[in-house]
Amino acid sequence: MNELIKKLCESFGPAGREDKVRSLIIGELEKFNAEYSIDTLGNLIVARRNQGEGAKKILVAAHMDEIGLMITFIDERGFLRFIGIGGVLKNILPGMKVLFENGTTGVIGQEKIKEPKEFDLDRLFIDIGAENREEALKKVNIGDTAVLLSPFSREGNRITAKSLDNRIGCAVVLEAMKRLSSLPLPNEIYFVFTVQEEVGLRGARPVSYRLKPHYGLAVDVTRVGDTPEPEFKTDVSLGKGPAVKIKDSSVICHPRITGLMIEVAETNNIPYQLEVLERGGTDAGAIHLTREGIPSGGLSIPCRYIHTPVEMVDLNDVENSVLLLVELLKHSW
Amino acid sequence: MLITALSQIPGVSGDEARVRNFIKEKLSLWGIKHHTDSLGNLYALKEGSKNREEPGLMLCAHMDEVGLMVSAIEKSGHLRFYKVGGIYEKYLVSKPVCIGANSVLGVIGAKAVHLQKKEEREKPLDAEKLYIDIGAKNKEDAEKVVKVGDYVSFWSEASSSAKIIKGKALDNRAGCAALLEILQRDYPISFTAVFTVQEEIGIRGARVAAYRVNPRIALVIETTSAVDIPEAREQDYATSLGAGPAFTIQDESVIAHPRILERLIEVAESQKKPYQFRRYGGNFTDAGAIAPAGSGVAAGVISTPCRYIHTPVSILFKEDWENLVEIVDAFIRSVHEKGLEI
Repeated sequence: MNELIKKLCESFGPAGREDKVRSLIIGELEKFNAEYSIDTLGNLIVARRNQGEGAKKILVAAHMDEIGLMITFIDERGFLRFIGIGGVLKNILPGMKVLFENGTTGVIGQEKIKEPKEFDLDRLFIDIGAENREEALKKVNIGDTAVLLSPFSREGNRITAKSLDNRIGCAVVLEAMKRLSSLPLPNEIYFVFTVQEEVGLRGARPVSYRLKPHYGLAVDVTRVGDTPEPEFKTDVSLGKGPAVKIKDSSVICHPRITGLMIEVAETNNIPYQLEVLERGGTDAGAIHLTREGIPSGGLSIPCRYIHTPVEMVDLNDVENSVLLLVELLKHSW
Repeated sequence: MLITALSQIPGVSGDEARVRNFIKEKLSLWGIKHHTDSLGNLYALKEGSKNREEPGLMLCAHMDEVGLMVSAIEKSGHLRFYKVGGIYEKYLVSKPVCIGANSVLGVIGAKAVHLQKKEEREKPLDAEKLYIDIGAKNKEDAEKVVKVGDYVSFWSEASSSAKIIKGKALDNRAGCAALLEILQRDYPISFTAVFTVQEEIGIRGARVAAYRVNPRIALVIETTSAVDIPEAREQDYATSLGAGPAFTIQDESVIAHPRILERLIEVAESQKKPYQFRRYGGNFTDAGAIAPAGSGVAAGVISTPCRYIHTPVSILFKEDWENLVEIVDAFIRSVHEKGLEI
């Protein structure tokens, strides 16, 4: 699973350009002969059919996209200006390396700034080593997207990479699918790898409209409050198990689902934590407001330094998230 | 000329009836079937000349413009107002306006300069410090012609030279005019053209329109900001006049579907028409409501670049608008000839 996580994280997939991540996941699906389809916006759907009486339709969503940058302008000397895609933290950008879809790399430089308050995205630029505009245009164009370049690394049980938000969610769902692939399930499950979560949960809404599930579950990362002077007040820590989402700014999870998640975790002795997130959203926010309303919940993998190139998760949390998801989906809803 | 005629019609968000009636008249004249929904969106059903499978194509342009609404009438007969949509306060003072269904003429006034304190003179005037003067003697007199809740639009005569068109509400009457131009032509395939309401206050009309039409592909025809002016740095231009219609890659509301964007580029190049990308990630368009509607729609945006947008004196280049029409035309034909796999 580690190798898969590494491949997923190092893959290229800013919101709206998830093709490479999707192909990678399709490659994994083919290993256990899962059938899939892709919708208009690019969501990848895998259905575990169940026509049995009383079977409920459950949508399990993990978003494939990551935050990124988009080129808006190329100057005479070949420097690129850009805007953010999703919640980009501008203060971590100077000095970073970036990667384009075609493999071109660049570095982020900064104009001279007199006062710290002058600092903004429009004072930064990307240098791809081009000598002039013409040469730059051979490699990139306006509208091309880039992601931060950051290698995967591991220290003990903890791994660090870019876009663990939410490739770790994708890995958890893929692993749970594998483990469930030969077991009969009481419900009909739609595993969906969604697009454009980072720009406002835009993929999850139409796909839940299409699939009309009875219940929704988003598998995503959540913030932790266990670092020095944390920015977010949350009780969630790294290494203490998957988090059962109670609330974030996009959704108040349905008590029936949070209750079920807690019950399943306790019966199976899986450690878990309760997540109340002040700021941040997940696909459950879009799913639960689709059609007449869909009771939804969230299974979250605790993650430090979200939206930086050094997001960090604990592998025990990852394994326990897989266990909880597997047991949840074996359970009746 | 369609753009200038449309530009002069008052049609602030929620009060699009006069624009809609103008368009309906044209549609009836040209024998195009149309209907209006409960929010006021106008749907024109353009039938293709060849009997071919419905491609699920929706074209869309919003009819509404930014403006004001009367919020209170002072004892003195002066009107206070709220803003409707993204209007910049510093552009308001000393502008002629037109109020309510009867188009009462007024001007936006403020305290005379010699009465303003130093700091008042240095800062743009807030909407609260401004009022509309319709020449009424007192509240009673004013209430004979206007009431609280009346919409207020800029009053600005549209004019044109060989090169430019000037007027209010070019955002998005230029888009409406383009759609009307397209509707007069013959196409082998059928499509639905929607003139939407309430775009400027949060893309509200397009949401229900997309749900109703349930298209597979949508192309939004818009007007977008050009900031190619002396003080701006070239990287902040967003778009430039005369460089062709602008294709959106991403704004705050949508990431244009790559297949639509590719096709727009392809048809522009094959028709040898100039085009540019919109080099700015802010603001929203109807595509933001259309893309996530129903089971998802592949949506794109093409815009006429326009300077001084959301003011009574916006300008655009005729050639950009004409090139936009030709690219949209070629896009529709290409959907017929080659299909458009999403």
